Amino acid sequence: MSRNALINELRAIVGEHYVLIEKEDVIVYEQDGSIFQVMPEIVVLPANVEQVSAVIKAAKRANVPIVPRGSGTGLAGGAVPAEGGIVLSLARLDRILKIDLPNRIAIVEPGVINQDVTKAVAEDGFFYAPDPSSQAACSIGGNVANNSGGPHTLAYGVTTNHVLGLEVVLDDGQIIWLGGEVPDTPGYDLCGIFVGSEGTVGIVTKIVVRLMKTRESVRTLLAVFDQMDHATQTVVDITGAGIIPAALEMMDRTTIEAVERGAPVGLPRDAEAVLIVEVEGVREQTEKAVEVARGICQRNGAREARVARDESERQLLWKGRKGAFGAMGALAPNYYVQDGVVPRSQLPEIMRRIAEISKQYNLRIANVFHAGDGNLHPNILFDMRTPGELDRVVEAGAATLRACIELGGSITGEHGIGIEKKAYIGLLFNEADLEAMSRVRKVFDPDGRFNPAKLFPTPVSCGEVRRQPANIPAGLWL
Amino acid sequence: MALEHVDHNQEHGGSAKIDALNLPELYQCVHCGLCLNQCPTYRALRLEPESPRGRIHLVRAAAEGRVELNERFKEHLYLCLLCRACETACPSGVQYGRIAETAREKLGPPGSRLARAVLNFVFTRVLPYPRRLRTVALLLRWYQHSGLQRLILPLLPKKLRQMDSMLPRVPDRFFEPGRKVFPAIGQRRAKVAMLNGCVMPLLFGEVNAATVRVLQSNGCDVVFPKNQICCGALNIHNGEQDAAKEMAKQNIDAFLAAGVDTVIVNSAGCGATMKEYGYLLRDDPAYAERAAIFSSLVKDAGEFLADIGLVAPLGRVEMTVTYQDPCHLAHGQRVRSQPRKLLNAIAGVKLLEMEGSDRCCGSAGIYNITHPDMSQHLLKEKMQSIAANGAPAVVAPNPGCMLQLRYGSERYGPALKVYHLMDLLDRAYASADASDLK
Repeated sequence: MSRNALINELRAIVGEHYVLIEKEDVIVYEQDGSIFQVMPEIVVLPANVEQVSAVIKAAKRANVPIVPRGSGTGLAGGAVPAEGGIVLSLARLDRILKIDLPNRIAIVEPGVINQDVTKAVAEDGFFYAPDPSSQAACSIGGNVANNSGGPHTLAYGVTTNHVLGLEVVLDDGQIIWLGGEVPDTPGYDLCGIFVGSEGTVGIVTKIVVRLMKTRESVRTLLAVFDQMDHATQTVVDITGAGIIPAALEMMDRTTIEAVERGAPVGLPRDAEAVLIVEVEGVREQTEKAVEVARGICQRNGAREARVARDESERQLLWKGRKGAFGAMGALAPNYYVQDGVVPRSQLPEIMRRIAEISKQYNLRIANVFHAGDGNLHPNILFDMRTPGELDRVVEAGAATLRACIELGGSITGEHGIGIEKKAYIGLLFNEADLEAMSRVRKVFDPDGRFNPAKLFPTPVSCGEVRRQPANIPAGLWL
Repeated sequence: MALEHVDHNQEHGGSAKIDALNLPELYQCVHCGLCLNQCPTYRALRLEPESPRGRIHLVRAAAEGRVELNERFKEHLYLCLLCRACETACPSGVQYGRIAETAREKLGPPGSRLARAVLNFVFTRVLPYPRRLRTVALLLRWYQHSGLQRLILPLLPKKLRQMDSMLPRVPDRFFEPGRKVFPAIGQRRAKVAMLNGCVMPLLFGEVNAATVRVLQSNGCDVVFPKNQICCGALNIHNGEQDAAKEMAKQNIDAFLAAGVDTVIVNSAGCGATMKEYGYLLRDDPAYAERAAIFSSLVKDAGEFLADIGLVAPLGRVEMTVTYQDPCHLAHGQRVRSQPRKLLNAIAGVKLLEMEGSDRCCGSAGIYNITHPDMSQHLLKEKMQSIAANGAPAVVAPNPGCMLQLRYGSERYGPALKVYHLMDLLDRAYASADASDLK
C-alpha cells in the first residue's frame, strides 16, 4: 500500500482533521517527557474503539509500525516512535463510561486523565490510588502501559493492582475483553500481560479500574535535614519501626532549588534533604503514627519536623513534590532521569555512591524519589547543546544503575523500559528469561509492529533497527 | 516495512535558523506535559500542536531551522488564547506568554490579507488615539440608538449578523475624568494614578467611576495623568510589538511624571501588560530602567485594596455571586486570593465557587472575533459551569470577560448579572453611607 493510499484510508476512518501528516503537526509528537526524539510519519487520533480497530487493520495491511500514545508524559521514551510509522494518539478516547460505587469500580477510556478519575468520585469519598507525579496530565492508558506507580505506591501498590479488566484491540483488529468487572477470572492472567507491556502487545481501549475508599484521616509530616545520611537513616528507621506510611518521599538540596526557582512552595533552600511522610487511616492511628515518625526524625537529627496544619498546606507540599521533575527546567535545559531501585536498608549507601558519581562525571544530579520503597530518581542535569555532554550523562546514568544492581536492586521501579532502559534490561534478566518474554510478545504481535524497538534489548522479529535517529544517544542502543 | 515515507528526520537544516526566536525561555521547558490538561484549546481538540508544550516545541523547531514559519505554523500559534493557564501549571516557571508573543511578532497579525490590513489600521491608527476611539464609540452608539441597527440588521449576511450580536451596547455616558484630583476620604493613605484605558471609559465608564470612589473611600488621592493611552496589550498579542513599545513609552512618561505611589489598573489584561513593560522594553537603552520602575508600581485594583486592607465601614450587599478569574489576573498576574478576600469582606455577599473558575471564557482580546468557533465552544462550557453553580451573578474584573459573559448569558443562558469587583465594593460603600443617613 502506498503512503497516500494509507493516508486516504485513515482519513476515511477518523476524518481529515485527525490524521496529521504535515511537518508542523507531526513534529510535536516526536517527543514525550524523556530526552528521546524521533518524528512519526503519521499521527492518527481515533475517537472510539471501532476506529481504533479500523486503524490497526489498515496499518497491518500497510505493514507500518503503530506506536500508542496517551498524554506523552512518559520518562523513558515509550511514546516516541523509534522506527517512525504511525503514532496512535488515544487522547480523544477520554470518557469515563461508568462509575459503580457499590462495587467500587469505574470503567474508563485510555485517554482519561489520571486525576480526573479521582475528581469524579472524590465527593462520594472514593479515589483512584496510583498517583504518578504527572497525574494532572498523564492518562490512564499510559499508566496501564507503564504499570505506573507514584508516591502512594508504598501503601497501595502499582497500576496492575488496580486494574480488573481491559478491552483491547489485537494485531488483526479484533476487539476482546481480558479480565472483567470482578476481581478473579479463571485461566491465564492476560490482563496482567497487557499492564506494563508498553504498547508492545496491543491497544487498550477500555479499562476497569478499582476505586478505593478515602481514609478517615491523613497526616503529612515535613522533616528537614542538614545531612543526607541522617535523612536516609530516618527512612530506614521509620519502616523498621513497623510504621507503613502511605507515602515516604525524599527531595535533596538540588531538587529543592529547582522547585523553589520554578514554582515555589516554600521549602527550605539551605537544607540538604527533606522527607515527606504521610500516614493514612483512622484518626487515632494516624495521630499516633505521625508522632512516632516525628520522634524518629528528631532522633536522627532533623532540624525541623512539622505536620501540615491543614489540607492546603498539605497540597502545597505535594505540589512541590509532584512538580519536581518538571521543575528541573529551572536549573538546566535537559535532565535524564533514572528509575533505579535498592533495598531500603541500602539507601544511605546508594546516596553516597550517587554523590560520588556526580563528582566523578562532573554533572549535577538532583535526587527526588520514593524513599519508602527504595525507588530512586536521580535526575542528571545537562545541556544537550553542549557537545559530548550527553555521552557523559549516559555513562553516569549507567553507573547509577550498576550501583543499584550491586546493592541488590533493580533498574526500574515504575517508568518503564521504553527506549531508555533497553540497553540495561539484560542486566536484570538472562537470555532465557528474555526469550520467554519475547515469545509472549510474538503471540500478540507476530509482525513486530506494535511499538517496535522498545522494551527488549534487540528487536524481536522485525529485523534490525534500521537507523539511529540523531537524538537517541548511541550508548542506549544495543 | 513497506511504507515509502517522507523521512522528516532527515530534513534537518531545511529552513534557515531564526535567531530572534531563540529565546532562553525555550530551554527552560523540559516537555513534561503538565500544561496539557490546563490548556483550553488542547482540552477542546486533544491535538498536541494545539497545546502549550506543542507550541513551544514548534517555536524551538523554527528557531533551530527545522520547520518553516508557514500558514500551518501560524494557525497553531494563533489558535492559542494567550490565557497563560500553562504558566500556572508549569513547574519550571516557563513564561510561555513571552514565547508566544515573540513568535507572533515574527509572524505578524493573523487572518486574511484584508483582515490583517484592518487589524493593522486599528492597532496603529485607532487604539493609540483616545479621541479616535471615542469617535468610533460615538458612531457605534448612534448606530445602535438611531434605529439604523434594527433597520439594516435583517439585510446583513449571517456571519455579519452574528458579529453584530457580539457588539457591546455603548452606554449613554463615557467616563471622562479630566485632570482633576479625586481626593481621599478620611485619612490619606496613598496617592495613586489610574489607567483610564481604551474601552473601559467608553463601555464601562461606570466601573471606572466606581473604582475611583472605592479608592477614595480607602484613603487614596486618585489622579488620571494626562497623555496616558491604551496599554498596547492587543498590539502585543497580535504581533504588533513596535506600536506597543511606543504606547508603553508614552504611558511610562505620563505616569512617572505624576509622582504617585502606585499605578492602579482595573482591567486584568491591561494590568498584566503594564506589569511587563519592563520586559517589553528591556533592550531599549533609554527606557529599560524607567520601564522596570514603572512596572514595579503597577497594581491591579483588587490586588492593591486587599494588600492595604479595606477601610470600614462597608455596608451590606445581599447577593450570591460566583467569581470568574480573568486569565490575565489569575495566570498573568498570579492574583487569585485577593479578589475573593474582598468579596468575602462584604457582608451579605455569598461567594459560590464554580468548576474551572480559572479557565478562559473565550473572550481573549479579539479572539472571539478571530476564532469564533473555539471562542463559542469555551463560552458554552463556561456558561454550563456557571449554570451548574447556580449563582445568579458573576464577578469578573476585566472588560473582555464581562462582555463575553454578558453575551454568553444572552445566547446560552442562564440569565445572569455580570459585575466588576469594583461595582460590588462601590455598592457596599454606598449602602454604608445610606444606612448612616437613616
